[in-house]
Amino acid sequence: MAEFFLELFSEEIPARMQAKGADDLARLFSEAVSALKPRNVASFYGTRRIAISVELDASVPESRISERGPRASAPEQALAGFLRKHGASKEQLTQEGDFWVLDRVVPGASAAELIARAMPGLIRKFPWPKSMRWGSTSPFTWVRPLRRITAILDGDVVNFDLRDGDDAAHGLHSSNISEGHRFLSHGHFAITSVAQWKEELRTRHVIVDAAERRALVETGVNALAAEQGCTIADDPGLLDEVAGLVEWPVCLLGRIDDAYMDLPAEVMQVSMRVNQRYFALRNADGSAAPYFAFAANIAAKDGGAAIIAGNERVLRARFADARHFWDLDRQTPLADRVEALNKITFHAKLGSQGERVRRIEQLAQQIAPLVGAEPDLASRAAYLAKADLTTGMVGEFPELQGVMGGYYARNDGENPAAADAVRDHYLPKGAGDSVPTAPVSIAVALADKLDILAAFFVIGEKPTGSGDPYALRRAALGVIRIVRENELRIGLKDALVNQVSRVRESIAYANLSKEYRDIEEASEKLGRDVPMPARETSRHRAAVYVAQEVMQFLAERLRVQLRTEGARHDVLAAVLAQGIDDDLVRLLARTEAVTALLGTEDGANLLAAAKRAANILRIEEKKDGPHSGTVNPELLMLAEEQSLIQCLDKAEPAVRDALSRENFVLAMTELASLRAPLDDFFANVTVNDEQPDLRHNRLRLLARVRAAMNLAADFSKIDG
Amino acid sequence: MTDPKPPSFQELILRLHNFWAAQGCVILQPYDVEMGAGTFHPATTLRALGPKPWKAAYVQPSRRPSDGRYGENPNRLQHYYQYQVIMKPSPADAQKLLLDSYRAIGLDPLLHDFRFVEDDWESPTLGAWGLGWEVWCDGMEVGQFTYFQQVGGIATVLPSFEMTYGLERLAMYVQNVERVYDLDFNGQGVTYGDVFLRAEREYSAHNFEHANTAMLMQHFADAEGECASLLGHNLALPAYDQCIKASHLFNLLDARGVISVTERAAYIGRVRTLAKSCCEAWLAGESV
Repeated sequence: MAEFFLELFSEEIPARMQAKGADDLARLFSEAVSALKPRNVASFYGTRRIAISVELDASVPESRISERGPRASAPEQALAGFLRKHGASKEQLTQEGDFWVLDRVVPGASAAELIARAMPGLIRKFPWPKSMRWGSTSPFTWVRPLRRITAILDGDVVNFDLRDGDDAAHGLHSSNISEGHRFLSHGHFAITSVAQWKEELRTRHVIVDAAERRALVETGVNALAAEQGCTIADDPGLLDEVAGLVEWPVCLLGRIDDAYMDLPAEVMQVSMRVNQRYFALRNADGSAAPYFAFAANIAAKDGGAAIIAGNERVLRARFADARHFWDLDRQTPLADRVEALNKITFHAKLGSQGERVRRIEQLAQQIAPLVGAEPDLASRAAYLAKADLTTGMVGEFPELQGVMGGYYARNDGENPAAADAVRDHYLPKGAGDSVPTAPVSIAVALADKLDILAAFFVIGEKPTGSGDPYALRRAALGVIRIVRENELRIGLKDALVNQVSRVRESIAYANLSKEYRDIEEASEKLGRDVPMPARETSRHRAAVYVAQEVMQFLAERLRVQLRTEGARHDVLAAVLAQGIDDDLVRLLARTEAVTALLGTEDGANLLAAAKRAANILRIEEKKDGPHSGTVNPELLMLAEEQSLIQCLDKAEPAVRDALSRENFVLAMTELASLRAPLDDFFANVTVNDEQPDLRHNRLRLLARVRAAMNLAADFSKIDG
Repeated sequence: MTDPKPPSFQELILRLHNFWAAQGCVILQPYDVEMGAGTFHPATTLRALGPKPWKAAYVQPSRRPSDGRYGENPNRLQHYYQYQVIMKPSPADAQKLLLDSYRAIGLDPLLHDFRFVEDDWESPTLGAWGLGWEVWCDGMEVGQFTYFQQVGGIATVLPSFEMTYGLERLAMYVQNVERVYDLDFNGQGVTYGDVFLRAEREYSAHNFEHANTAMLMQHFADAEGECASLLGHNLALPAYDQCIKASHLFNLLDARGVISVTERAAYIGRVRTLAKSCCEAWLAGESV
């Protein structure tokens, strides 16, 4: 067993590329020297280095392989080619059966040889997201100038360089040298082992373990916050990022000038995070505290006083800028900004933000009564919803869209419910976000998302397996969550048909997807034969078609979502097989009822019997089906037949009635009543009787069973 | 701050001149055409191309019409000074030189928190890009460091190191001043505000309110036409002047808010086309 250590030391690596770079190095190295059975691979990274340590075999022993060549009867050229390929002569070959065989000795190799052979290619082809040239005409690229390569095997240097033909690759070659912190340490040091490297670096003010750095930052900023009776606003992404920006984290606390504490808390936090990577602090009551915490990369001679003063000054300047936008933006009412949206392109094929806003307004107004919102308020909120895109603050910090609109709407004296809807209509933006619950907010949030879905489906920009550039999945999931979490009883299809029509009217014909145009044209031809105005009908048909596509997309997202929540995939398939119920709450109730039924003994047995009925039907229908039609009661000779049809006569209407009242639990109970007579039927009745009349009639009886079951769900999709 | 008496604004420039002159740079004077950044100076854009080594440093007045704040913002200006260094090929100790230059103006890296923060530099108008960093001091960007990879759509055969210092910001830092207008300009009582405050007010009004947009559009078209015509005579440098002018005219039109999002991309594309042609003409003239 041998220990190998590799460090690639460069000028500062972008923080977001460090971890991936170290992982890639570990993976590529392990692949390249797999013959040495690499194990216990550890990777390290910091601002100026990526490194790995690996245990591997000290050598690969000599081995023999037999290469089978061409047939002895093959033409000369084939044999010559084989010999050339292996650099062998004919004398070395033996004949086995019909074939020439070459017994080759693969010489053993030491780990050092194999590593030295593999490294130059690996480094030259390293998959940095973006690489660069520097300093000379060398075509060699690295993420930033690569300055040193350290390669140590059990204390000795593994010698190699990066020379490639005419390219000297800056004369880079391996050594046993490394260095510490850019400012806090001086000179180089020689490496003998991984452990010694880590310890030397620690004394030279570099923590190479990213997790340790992250923990140091987390503990550091939390302790500083606690001293002020505050907490750090939760932001794990920021912790990760900061841990990649420093080699020697020293946490410090700065004060926010009182003059800026009246800025919205969101503005302060975003400005601090995006521009400065500062942590925001919160008072015990959750309000913004007048402090910020950050990690410096140096233990300064003065204990950090100059660094704190400098950072406080920078933040004052940042906040002065934010205040400029805050004050300036409030001078123009949001309502006066709406017109400018006509000049902002939403999408080349879908026109301006202004057009989009008009569509959202109409839909929000339509949805409002269905969710208990005042239609005029919903329409007003939708009218204002995107106006903050023209404000300076959102121009500077796009992530504040909506939030700023909410502040500005309140400032303008808009109805508070409308202002909240402006603020919340983008929600939920991600899985961790809450959904809007106020009626006006719900109406606008739904309208916003349904419009996006309708619009991109109309122009044929549907998400693919690999790409979803317009975040339509997120929009669909948003719709689903808003509906589910607020238990909204709302027919999404009507809303979608309307919205698809609105989109269709607001954009040029040429921008419709080809599919859309084809359906319109086909329908238009059909329409000539029907008395309705052809144009209207064809447009409506196409709109219905696209709305259905969107519903399918929503159903698929719902299915995925329910699966992650642990729902049975077969139950979902059974419920969705009937076509999508655009009332998602009803769809969910049905799903739950089917799941519950299958959990009971009656349900499980009923399922087995129903499947048996469906299988028989499938087989017999292939012979001479279909076997639909009315069952002739006079041909029902046996008691079991009679009791089954009696039971069906009772259950069918009861199931229908229960379903129409959306009492899915009752519908399942009624279905379950079929279980006993069906079991008896199969136990005592031969379906495929010799008499064709009887056989047909019994098959029709089974078809009725299947139809009754299908009222609730497609049980053939259920496993088992 | 480490200095007992921090350098005045002009002293700062003189120290940078001395420092980079000692590194073998040609010390140039500002280019006499309005431009948005020191990179537009032909001593950078054009000289970055081709195989001839080159080292230069200069101050360049930079105009960013939309950054005007009528003299009311403590640190945003529509006219400010960039200190620009270009070294081709990039020296192996570029980062060390840079840090030494900060020491020369009184910023001690053992007292301050210096960082190299990822910055993928790109100038769509110049068809140029490079990789490097923003140089941060105590959370403030005090410079931009770039290894040029492409200029005018042409790959650099000998990548340059470009360093740009925002002089006002740096001076505010060194002098511990909160408002740019309070900067000590000459060490003898003249402030930055004495020199520039009125200009900031007047130019902000010009940039945002009064610049004649019809005339600017005409000038843009004129510059574009003149550039093409000069290129027809293989006059790369005069043609490039027209390209810089077009770029600045576009910035003015942008500040006046008369360019829509779609038009914006088209304008940038037009300037880039000029820049590329000028770069090609420059290179062609170099190899004669």
